[in-house]
Amino acid sequence: MSTAVTSGDDALFEFLCRMGDSTLVLGHRVSEWCGHAPVLEEDIALANTALDLIGQTQLWLGLAGEVEGKGRDADKLAFLRDGWDFRSALLTEVPNGDFGRTLMRQFLFDAWHSIYLGRLLKSSDKRVADIAEKASKEVSYHLERSADTVVALGDGTEESHARMADALAYLWPYVGELFAGDAVDAAMVEAGVAPDPASLREEYDALVGRILEEATLALPEGRFAHKGGRDGRMHTEHLGHILTQMQWLQRAYPGCTW
Amino acid sequence: MKNEWPLWEVFIRGQHGMSHRHVGSLHAPDAEMAIKNARDVYTRRNEGVSIWVVEAKHIAASSPSDKGPLYEPSASKVYRHPTFFDIPEEVGAM
Repeated sequence: MSTAVTSGDDALFEFLCRMGDSTLVLGHRVSEWCGHAPVLEEDIALANTALDLIGQTQLWLGLAGEVEGKGRDADKLAFLRDGWDFRSALLTEVPNGDFGRTLMRQFLFDAWHSIYLGRLLKSSDKRVADIAEKASKEVSYHLERSADTVVALGDGTEESHARMADALAYLWPYVGELFAGDAVDAAMVEAGVAPDPASLREEYDALVGRILEEATLALPEGRFAHKGGRDGRMHTEHLGHILTQMQWLQRAYPGCTW
Repeated sequence: MKNEWPLWEVFIRGQHGMSHRHVGSLHAPDAEMAIKNARDVYTRRNEGVSIWVVEAKHIAASSPSDKGPLYEPSASKVYRHPTFFDIPEEVGAM
């Protein structure tokens, strides 16, 4: 169980790590497609998305390091923390699966991300609002693109439809965590920094439901949610593998630059 | 059934006031996705303010084998170039 942080800069640091770790881990996941996507155009588009997410990570974790005030910058936070210190949502950690599952995960995340960033534009902390402003332009494009692909594949061939239905069934239990608030969220709401995650659920279900309907897929009814990523209590078994690949160079050659 | 997406030609306008220029081609299932793909493939480095896409099959092109009758006649018509006028120096660069 992670230590309880409920006020001041500790909570802000946690919040910033949650933002930055989710974009970092998802950015890394999406970058795994580089050179492997089914067509060149999708390959480049996925690499662009991954780079956008890594760029946002630099901003979130950069600010996190500043707030923490212990001399850690974005690189140190990204490459020298262990798995139990990560605050990535579980949805971002799950393996890519096939192209359809990758795009379904992207869509489920983008939909949450765009709504959440929209609220952060009004954050009482100007630094947070500024990052949200830059990120939200990138994310509206991500959402447009992933939603289009979900519709095209869901309402595509019999096989693509079946794969998208499987992807949705697999990923849905990871969605709920995005809306489960805790003491950190409460402190952020109190300080006017960030919204209560639960308050986004209705808008999210409406948006996701609309796209899924167009994709001839049904919004799942289940509300069971795997949890433990955002608070670091219990990550998926996949996070450790991601970190080994992502961090090995800085671990093997500390301080290495190129 | 044909599995290949159709080919699209991509035209990008670099700045306001310039014309769209052909920058290359790509594959996409429809016009909307072609614009998105063009955004991702051809405007990554801040190249554009506007994108046109045209499905390649809709472009009519002159035939390379007609190049004699099409272009050679104009090679001997020097009088079509406005190079026979003395331009007063005050006019400056034209």
